[in-house]
Amino acid sequence: MKSLAEPKKWERYFWPILVSALFLALWHYSVIWTATRIFPSPLDVERGMAELLRENVLWGDIADSLRRVAIGFGAAVVLGIPLGLTFGWYPPVNQVVNPTMQILRPISPIAWIPVSIIFFGVGDDAAIFLIFLGAFFPIVVACVDGVSNVPSVSRRAGRNFGLAPWQLLAKVVFPAALPQIIVGLRIALGIAWLVVVAAEMIAVESGLGYLIIDSRNSGKRYDLVVAAMLLIGLIGLTLDLGFRRLERIKSVRWGFRNES
Amino acid sequence: MSLMEPFVTPAAVDTKLRVEHVNIVFDRDGKSTPVLNDISLEVGDGEFVCLLGPSGCGKSTLLSTMAGFLSPTSGEIKIDGEAVRGPDPRRIFVFQERGVFPWLTVEGNIGFGLFKLPRAERERRIAYYVKMVGLEGFERTYPPELSGGMKQRLEVARALAVNPDMLFLDEPFGALDSITRLIMRGELLRIWEAERKTVIFVTHDIDEAVQLADRVVVMSARPATIQQIVNIDIPHPRDISSPRYLELRDGIFKQIGLAHKL
Amino acid sequence: MNLFVWLRPVAFIGVLLSVWQIAISRHTVHLLPTPVEVVGGIADLVQHGLLLKYVVASLFRVTWGYVLAVVLAVPLGLAIGWSRRAEMAFNPVIQILRPISPLAWIPIAILWFGVGDLAAVFLIFLGCFLPLLLTAINAVQSIPAVYIDVGRNFGLRRVDLVYRVLYPAVVPQLIVGLRITLGIAWLVVVAAEMIAVNSGLGFLIIDARNAGNRYDLVVAGMVLIGIIGLLLDLGIRSLERVKSFRWSYSED
Repeated sequence: MKSLAEPKKWERYFWPILVSALFLALWHYSVIWTATRIFPSPLDVERGMAELLRENVLWGDIADSLRRVAIGFGAAVVLGIPLGLTFGWYPPVNQVVNPTMQILRPISPIAWIPVSIIFFGVGDDAAIFLIFLGAFFPIVVACVDGVSNVPSVSRRAGRNFGLAPWQLLAKVVFPAALPQIIVGLRIALGIAWLVVVAAEMIAVESGLGYLIIDSRNSGKRYDLVVAAMLLIGLIGLTLDLGFRRLERIKSVRWGFRNES
Repeated sequence: MSLMEPFVTPAAVDTKLRVEHVNIVFDRDGKSTPVLNDISLEVGDGEFVCLLGPSGCGKSTLLSTMAGFLSPTSGEIKIDGEAVRGPDPRRIFVFQERGVFPWLTVEGNIGFGLFKLPRAERERRIAYYVKMVGLEGFERTYPPELSGGMKQRLEVARALAVNPDMLFLDEPFGALDSITRLIMRGELLRIWEAERKTVIFVTHDIDEAVQLADRVVVMSARPATIQQIVNIDIPHPRDISSPRYLELRDGIFKQIGLAHKL
Repeated sequence: MNLFVWLRPVAFIGVLLSVWQIAISRHTVHLLPTPVEVVGGIADLVQHGLLLKYVVASLFRVTWGYVLAVVLAVPLGLAIGWSRRAEMAFNPVIQILRPISPLAWIPIAILWFGVGDLAAVFLIFLGCFLPLLLTAINAVQSIPAVYIDVGRNFGLRRVDLVYRVLYPAVVPQLIVGLRITLGIAWLVVVAAEMIAVNSGLGFLIIDARNAGNRYDLVVAGMVLIGIIGLLLDLGIRSLERVKSFRWSYSED
């Protein structure tokens, strides 16, 4: 659109591969040139990852992280969507609750750790609670925005056909708000993934985040640290892409027609 | 039915723009869609020419190509004898009001192309064109606060301010209600008669074409060819109830194959 | 009229606080503090001169990390967004790095910068850089092509096109991105301080707990974090209201 010529089809693969290769090369050679003994080169990282896979420890950690995300995110969805829809549907309620949310929202879930340890102790539950916190607010906000952005035309059409309020909510407003809600869910999932890693670095003793801290503490295994980081990146990306697939399902796609 | 030869302009008027056997084919992911088929046309200096055709027939594509935003797949377009290679301030394209910059005031927009002029001259021109399009009092207003018709006038003012030789207008009144449209047509003719630019105007509205143009180029559906070029020989101001007007208009109706009764 | 708007939300907060106070006070020995105790904790901090010190420390780190990220990410993002090839080229690397929590970088940060301010600033920079980059790329790509065509039509050279069309067109979206990223920066600084440094509001939370279970200070810290975060957010929102930036909002 802005550049001078239409990129050819092969270019879609050429440029990313070129740049990624350059990155790896830069990384590799800076490790060599600075003669660092601690920071790993790409090859070290690859070997580290193979080692983790071999030792079967990795799968357990990945499963733990995903499990916590699933529960925490699930709880946030189950609680957040109905609340969010209610707040959006009744603006006066939203008006009352919103300032409280605006004060709670900037508090990083990590800052809740000491408090969550009081209630949940050190362990899984604390981490899940933190994930729940991280995902909850974006979901509620997305629902509120989604509902308030439903054009009044749609609501009027629903009433015209004689729908009761709860039917209106379920059959007209919710589907109409769904695209925006799904985007909110995707963002919340991304946040949940960030939080689980952070929570595992502090409050629990398994999972990918813990792997990072542990690899460093017990032996300065920075190759494993970076390997774990890349895995975190890849899994997070997969979750995100998976969700975007969801957005492409036809009955939801209409809301994204204008996006590329 | 394509025209075998370009319509020859009378010797007294210089040819401003010449389209020579232009073909445009769009290539998207391997599929080729021909859009324009062997278009040849001559437009004289100071003429008001309408490109008329159904929506999607390619007339906007032809206009964009004339203005230099697109390159023809084959054939050539020459303005003043020079081949067209890209957009140029001597020929300004007037988009529908969406081309107006929302971050600039009315003054800011009109003055947009005048960056090469000294300040005093710039201000003088801006004031002149604000008055010409009837936007006095709104100089410091931002576009989101203007109506559709006002934004359209703003775009025309911005285009005129740089004193171009040619104006290209792509269905500029399409987003306006029919009453405003009638008013804007009158305004456009008034401005054109004052400044006598060469104007090429794209529309799908037959009445609009017959009301405004010296010549109407009737185009077929995609892939577009020129079906007919109608010379509107009624002087301005045109009486839209006069027999000659109705005759010309009905002729085009028939050419396009439209029914007379609804 | 204006006061009444605030009445109900404030009353709601009051109700929550009362419930909280009553629920805790029923136990004579309690870890979780009551609201009254939290206020006492804040007063305590003020008395010891720590409040200002910690707040300034946190803000200082946020400012540095954030500004650095803005200065680097915005021009880079605009440039990448402008060229379709550049966007294609950098996208995979960006997409893989994006889901990695800045906190996952902590060991690396400590390795490179040691424990201290620099590590915290680095982490904040990391947390802000990619979101800003993506915002800038997105902003450029959503400029309606019409504006660029108009610019070219009037004979603008590349440089002028950037200053007079591209930049004004992306400003509203950039500002929204700046606001969101500032929120992210605030989240990261608190987390980073809990792990990697020895001052600041995040450190306060960890330290208060570790050195004596002073949960009143812990919650006081949380409340302060929430309030300052909210103030930062409101601050940038008022920037959004400056008229020459407002143009895209009046379209709604």
